[in-house]
Amino acid sequence: MDDSKIPSALLGGRIRRAPENFLDGAAIGEVSKGRRDVLRASFAAAIAGIAAATRPAAAASDGDPDILELPPWSTSLGLPVAAVPYGMPSKYERNLIRRQSPGLTQVAGSSVAFAPLQGSFGIITPSGLHFERHHQGWQDIDPKRHRFMINGSAPGMVKTPLVFTMDDLMRLPSVSRMYFIECGANTGMEWGNVAVPTVQYTHGMLSCSEFTGVPLRLLLEMAGADLKRGKFVLAEGADGSSMTRTIPIDLVMSGEVLVAYGQNGEMLRPENGYPLRLVVPGVQGVSWVKWLRRVELGDKPYAAKDEAVHYVDLMPDGTHRQYTSIQECKSVITTPSGGQTLVDKGFFNVSGLAWSGRGKIRKVDVSFDGGKSWQEAKLQAPVQSKCLTRFTLNWNWNGERAILQSRATDETGFVQPNYRQLRAVRGTRSIYHNNAIQSWLVEPSGEISNVQVA
Amino acid sequence: MSRWREMSFGFVRRAALVAVFAAAVASGASAADKYPGVGRAATPAEVEAWDIDVRPDFQGLPKGSGTVEKGQEIWEAKCASCHGTFGESNKVFTPLIGGTTKEDVEKGRVASLLRPDYPQRTTFMKVPTISTLFDYIRRAMPWNEPKSLTPDEVYSVLDFMLNLAEIVPDDFVLDDQSIREVQKRMPNRNGMSTNHALWPGAGFGTEKKKADTANTACMKDCGGPVQITSTLPDHAWTAHGNLASQNRRIGPVRGRVTGNDDPDAIDEPGPAGFKLAQSAGCMGCHGLNNKIVGPSYVDVAAKYKDKDMLDTLVGRVVKGGEGVWGEAAMPPQEGASEGEIKTIVEWILAGAPGR
Repeated sequence: MDDSKIPSALLGGRIRRAPENFLDGAAIGEVSKGRRDVLRASFAAAIAGIAAATRPAAAASDGDPDILELPPWSTSLGLPVAAVPYGMPSKYERNLIRRQSPGLTQVAGSSVAFAPLQGSFGIITPSGLHFERHHQGWQDIDPKRHRFMINGSAPGMVKTPLVFTMDDLMRLPSVSRMYFIECGANTGMEWGNVAVPTVQYTHGMLSCSEFTGVPLRLLLEMAGADLKRGKFVLAEGADGSSMTRTIPIDLVMSGEVLVAYGQNGEMLRPENGYPLRLVVPGVQGVSWVKWLRRVELGDKPYAAKDEAVHYVDLMPDGTHRQYTSIQECKSVITTPSGGQTLVDKGFFNVSGLAWSGRGKIRKVDVSFDGGKSWQEAKLQAPVQSKCLTRFTLNWNWNGERAILQSRATDETGFVQPNYRQLRAVRGTRSIYHNNAIQSWLVEPSGEISNVQVA
Repeated sequence: MSRWREMSFGFVRRAALVAVFAAAVASGASAADKYPGVGRAATPAEVEAWDIDVRPDFQGLPKGSGTVEKGQEIWEAKCASCHGTFGESNKVFTPLIGGTTKEDVEKGRVASLLRPDYPQRTTFMKVPTISTLFDYIRRAMPWNEPKSLTPDEVYSVLDFMLNLAEIVPDDFVLDDQSIREVQKRMPNRNGMSTNHALWPGAGFGTEKKKADTANTACMKDCGGPVQITSTLPDHAWTAHGNLASQNRRIGPVRGRVTGNDDPDAIDEPGPAGFKLAQSAGCMGCHGLNNKIVGPSYVDVAAKYKDKDMLDTLVGRVVKGGEGVWGEAAMPPQEGASEGEIKTIVEWILAGAPGR
């Protein structure tokens, strides 16, 4: 018999048994062969095991009680408009929130909250789930008192140092573009070995938004910048840390770097830099300076704290790489992923994210056998430069052990490396820029765990 | 900046227009011409107030000086609680001092960075440029009072740290000139490289063109046998709480149960009485603020304000009542126990708050 004719709540699987999922694997097989009596008998047995008051047995034998007994939302008055003036997710979605990884840092003001990629759809990160990384706590800045300054490292570097209010910046011609942002330390806990259980903690310092703002190039031109002498810009925040990072002028001149105030159709969230942040597509998140107050054009790099003490990549020869910025091509399967359990055997639409700091994703391959063989996944439109790309691939899981991997190729032809290749050059102590292929082991029980393979 | 805030908006705007106009005229047809009225020239005092960065070539370094002794005083008052008496603490942040030797100071390379067994990398093991420390302490420290130190205090604190790291002697006076000599003794000054392909531009002249790795998109019979080389340690399964409560309650997967809390538990918003009023069906006839069939709860609360009506009203809900609010009678309520009804009535008499 056709499974699709059985209410899905009756089929269910391994996770939740009676009353919704009262059939075990053997019984499912019987029902699938057309034995309705097995279905009825199993359901009656399941019902007998629970309190009669919650699900009257008389109704149950005719089908799904969630159909036969009208639920309260079908038999009561709903809430009025604007009951929640700024809408919130359903109370049933409370599990999907930003979370910290215990023990990673000791001070929440200088820490990380990871985005729940394990439940994500599409490519846009809801602003309330955008990952957080602060260096000295976050501030909610009064936008009327916020100023943005452009100056030069030396006289003549800009003709006229300028000051802009938010009014000024929001009057200028704006652009809106979707870009991913990934912390340089994303997946940093996994350099040496498997360390954390889920994709939220392995890859959750990753988000993607539509940002709205003014190209920094335009603002530099308004100040009369000397773009022959100027080789670098310094971006500086208005918060307590007044964090600084050096950005190459080449990237600014491409027009991609934005002085942004908008995020997903509204203003930036305070945790993401309200009212102004730098958007540096393709480059690690630390350079996207939040609460942006100043940009200085200069002829030399700045060796800021986050370019000389942190965000320096330790190599096997004991040197540190400085000014590592580009987030190279990377991907990860988000559903199913570590710490999850498949509800049953059968059909699944494997889904994940791919991105590259060097441009568009060209293709993504998925392996179910730990990298021995690969199938090309489907890329969901739109596929945009320096933006997350969602890929999917259909999979009929037969209940056997599997090792799922994804491998992205970007438009430069660069193929995401495996751990062996990456460690051969960068060792295991770098912390930063781990873009290795991620492996998820699926056990016959349906339980999935984070593993590394060779 | 306060000077500017005190001025009227219009004045600032007029000044801005004049200044930007002047700049535009001076530079010929510039971008500023295109956006009249937007932005204004910064005053020298404004630039000075914000332009506090110090580069490795010491451009931007303020004049001043400090001593180890003064530095220690400031350290003990403002720094030691987080960083430890000797900058060695890892209780709050990664340690600042330690892991460097006299030989490192001579060579400019920190030998302990080659040791995989070395427990932590301190600031002085990594930082190649003394300017970085001056810049950062000045802009961001102390942790809860950033930008409160004077340049002389920054020189003193930095002098004390350099002394702890055995880079300068006890009597060393750190100032805007001697700092240049200290740079030549920084233990990891030769330990940095820009020879990589991860800088998105020109500028250093040392960048590699080629990426570190060159994987290929092999599609079948790739590599040798697959071996699992690392799995999640047992303690890490539970260290992150109950994974079942970190996944959606519906869909193709559930989170694995690694804790005791109920992943399906729902926090109903609002007070208990409000929740009960909703679940027991009361809100079909009574609105919080609006009459439906029966009166709104806010009206009920107003009518019985300051009157001891709890038991009377509970009785009316249990047994039903009529004639108090109009012709429509309220039938006896069987959807909630008497105890629950009491909770509901208490909530109504408290003004029926929605939250």
